[in-house]
Amino acid sequence: MHDALELAATRPQSAALRSYAPALLIFVVLALVPPIALLGPEGYVLSLTTRMMILAIAVISLDLLLGHSGLVSFGHAAFVGLGAYVTGILITEGVVDAFTILGCVVAASALFALVTGAVSLRTSGVYFIMITLAFGQMLYFAASSLSAYGGDDGLTLWNNAQLLGTGVLDDPRGLFYAVLASLIGAFVLVDRLKGSRFGRVLNAAKSNPTRVTCLGFDVFRFRLAAYVIAGVLAGLAGFLSAVQTEFVSPATMSWHRSGELIVMVILGGMGSRNGALLGALAYVGLEELLSTYFAHWKLIFGPLLVLMVLYAKGGLGAVLAPLTGERPRG
Amino acid sequence: MSTALLVVQVLNGLQLGLLLFLIAAGLTLVFGIMGCINLAHGVQYMIGAYLAVQFYAWTEHFGLTILLALATALLLGLLLEIVVFRRLYERDHLDQVLATFGIILFVNEAVKVIWGPVPLSLPAPELLSGSFVLMDGLLYPTYRLAILAAGLLVALLLWLVVMRTRVGMRLRAGATHPQIVSALGVDIGRLFMLVFAFGAMLAGFAGALAAPILSVEPGMGDNLLIVAFVVIIIGGIGSIKGAFFAALLVGLVDTLGRSLATDVLKLAFAPATANQIGPALASMLIYILMAAILWVRPTGLFGARTS
Amino acid sequence: MQRSVLAALTAGIVLSTASVAVAEPLRVGMIVTLSGPPAALGQQAVDGFQLALEENGGQLGGVETELLVEDTEFKPEVAQTKVRALIERDGAEIIVGTIFSNMLAAIFKPVIDSDTILISPNAGPSVFAGANCHPNFFAVSYQNDQNHEVLGRYAEDQGFESVFLLAPNYQAGKDSLAGFKRHYTGNIADEVYTPLGHQDFSAELARIAAASPDALFTFMPGGMGVRLVRQFRQAGLADRMVFLSAFTVDETTLPAQGADALGFFGGGAWAPDFDNEQSQAFVAAFEGAYGYIPGVYAAFGYDGAMLIDSAVRSVDGNVEDTQALSAAIEAAEFTSLRGDFTFGSNNFPVQDFYLLEVVEREDGKFHTSIVERVFEDYADVYATECSME
Repeated sequence: MHDALELAATRPQSAALRSYAPALLIFVVLALVPPIALLGPEGYVLSLTTRMMILAIAVISLDLLLGHSGLVSFGHAAFVGLGAYVTGILITEGVVDAFTILGCVVAASALFALVTGAVSLRTSGVYFIMITLAFGQMLYFAASSLSAYGGDDGLTLWNNAQLLGTGVLDDPRGLFYAVLASLIGAFVLVDRLKGSRFGRVLNAAKSNPTRVTCLGFDVFRFRLAAYVIAGVLAGLAGFLSAVQTEFVSPATMSWHRSGELIVMVILGGMGSRNGALLGALAYVGLEELLSTYFAHWKLIFGPLLVLMVLYAKGGLGAVLAPLTGERPRG
Repeated sequence: MSTALLVVQVLNGLQLGLLLFLIAAGLTLVFGIMGCINLAHGVQYMIGAYLAVQFYAWTEHFGLTILLALATALLLGLLLEIVVFRRLYERDHLDQVLATFGIILFVNEAVKVIWGPVPLSLPAPELLSGSFVLMDGLLYPTYRLAILAAGLLVALLLWLVVMRTRVGMRLRAGATHPQIVSALGVDIGRLFMLVFAFGAMLAGFAGALAAPILSVEPGMGDNLLIVAFVVIIIGGIGSIKGAFFAALLVGLVDTLGRSLATDVLKLAFAPATANQIGPALASMLIYILMAAILWVRPTGLFGARTS
Repeated sequence: MQRSVLAALTAGIVLSTASVAVAEPLRVGMIVTLSGPPAALGQQAVDGFQLALEENGGQLGGVETELLVEDTEFKPEVAQTKVRALIERDGAEIIVGTIFSNMLAAIFKPVIDSDTILISPNAGPSVFAGANCHPNFFAVSYQNDQNHEVLGRYAEDQGFESVFLLAPNYQAGKDSLAGFKRHYTGNIADEVYTPLGHQDFSAELARIAAASPDALFTFMPGGMGVRLVRQFRQAGLADRMVFLSAFTVDETTLPAQGADALGFFGGGAWAPDFDNEQSQAFVAAFEGAYGYIPGVYAAFGYDGAMLIDSAVRSVDGNVEDTQALSAAIEAAEFTSLRGDFTFGSNNFPVQDFYLLEVVEREDGKFHTSIVERVFEDYADVYATECSME
């Protein structure tokens, strides 16, 4: 811990910049996707990349808990689903202003995170994993029984959210850039948080909560704050996903999804600077690539994940470490 | 609700609980002793069921089928341990999650390729295909009693092995102080291998046992795995005793909840509202139970330590 | 990833530069669920469509046809991406899908917004039959409720005094019981909902036994149906009451249910022993090709292909004009496995519905068999809410 702090402080400017290289490269490439997509099946490419980016936001938010704070939430998809449902219900009820909806999404996911976080954070380790799973499942069953809003079948949105009265979000390109902006925002926010005093307390509490408590920090409060921030960001991903697919469904909050989000974080490399971003893009990309060519793609994808764990410790972030100069985490 | 119906429901709850116990026992051992989260435990249960269907098709003898399925599940467990798991014990929990998630994907797909996506079934053995009248108009299949008996027998055997034998002593010691046990000359690697394969066999046994009353299909273990995790969390990780009581508790709460939730709600709400909330509440009940227990005892009922 | 995008880009470029030459094949994109437990249903639909295509020498309406199959993985947003891939990357001119209502809800907008024809081989949810019907959307199957209504009507006609209702706790389950009650006016002994994917029905069976109704009506698709039927038989309830069901005993579940389902009732618009020449030929050919008895999913996949065949022929292979193609489909000038075929005002079929019973064939295999006609030329109740014209 101390080493890491010192290293971060003394590292020359260029090395710090280098560690951002993968993220910068990804953002630049993403920004170029819409004009390039004009040459081909535009809607398909945009829909796929937009989905990737939305997932990346959720994964980045999860990494704040998982990689950085050591809090393994197995119910993170519930926040994505909650954001999507708040959006879906509001739009169905005729509220289409994007900022009003966003306000409600933030409020709802913050509240849910505050309540469930306060209960869950009393436990630790694997018990924390399971209690977050429990809350996720409760929300899943609750959404499934909302028959006024489609129940298990989900809810098709016949209108879409309007940004300042315009149809920007209804246009695939407009939405693409809105999502890209949100992604960059989420990335920068979480990166800044990790580097701040707040983030360092969280990270220190990950390895030794007792010592951090002795230093006079209320670990519980710091963790709760992180839990709420991650929940709100995931809620934002849910909002974007509802706007993109014009459809919300309880399936988005099942435990399988929470599991997939975790897998994406690990695949990318937990807690590393670019890991969450890489993980989400790689997971969806790989899935799309394999499923295009093989009907039984899971026969390849499954062992690939196992090999990844056995022989590429630390995920994609670690694979790229020699390039970025980042120290892989054990 | 009449007394007879209540008795039947309690019996049903116990039977579900014992089935859960068979799955949870291996899970809690692997988790508690090797500190390994094995999400692939659910597919081992599924493999047991498929093996039983396949061996029955070949032998047409139920007893032989169970024996062969047990042996094969054990071998597959060993294989999995040697190829993958022994490299995972030292790893972070999350690495284990990722690797075992990969195994789930692979096995679920492989089963579909080999046996097809259509649900399969296994007939109950002749000897146990009878039934008796439990309450007016309801027959209770003898086979379900056999499941009850098998579950209790396994619980007893496990208790004897863990508490009364040398291997059991090493297990208990290995769970708390692996380095010391290792230093004392016990081959901890072999011990772990045995425990893992044994856990896989128990899960396979549960799958084979459940095949005659449930349906055998790809992914059949996925949701049961989550319930089994709920069981071992409530019981306290690594505790066989905890898994046993928690499994019975979860089985009872789930079964009784499903038959009572809507009726209870009807006392307070309009029937339409009760029908709306009741089933959702019944599904949530075991999770609410788990959250409540963890609120009071953050390491489960019989859990000594946080992992 | 890069390769896939590259491949996608080249495909797109090739597509946009190619004119509607004679050599250009018709591309039909099929999107069904081929993952997880419900995969059997989707596989039947694909096999049925494939059979029709093979019988026509790889052509539909005289045009060389390429069938592109995608799996929804039972995830709404995956279904959306895949369907966009089919339309925009692969250039599919007609989309056939889906099996499940929630997947149809997910792909409906992207397909319709891209001015592509959408034909459902199975899913027929009320939203798209009523207020949200569309000229480019056709269900070659039925409106979901109708299958449940068959049993409700039958229970009413039989004068059952009390019926116990059992369904999974999700929207389709609730719709099912609502459909049943539309025609059944007798006493409801109780109405019980179980979780989706429910394993052990012993608690519910005990309640059914305690209620002792004339009949049980249930909707338990897939593996749930297998478990319920076997446990129902094991509990001895089969001798005490009539088993009425929808989507619970069909050709996808009967291999596992076997003799336990004998004499149980279902409802539907087609069964493998449907009494006409084309159905008999279809069943024989299908079993020859795929080795199992086709159910309605396969039959409607087949019908979907034949419907496209007739429409493409009537527009002389000119599928670019969606309006003309949609009109040709609506005319439905083909002989379905169910005989003459007509669409109602909401592009859902107006057809007969039958009570089906599980029987054993001479070779020991089980299938559903038509007992009697319950509805004649029956249009769904949502058609009046549809204002297409």
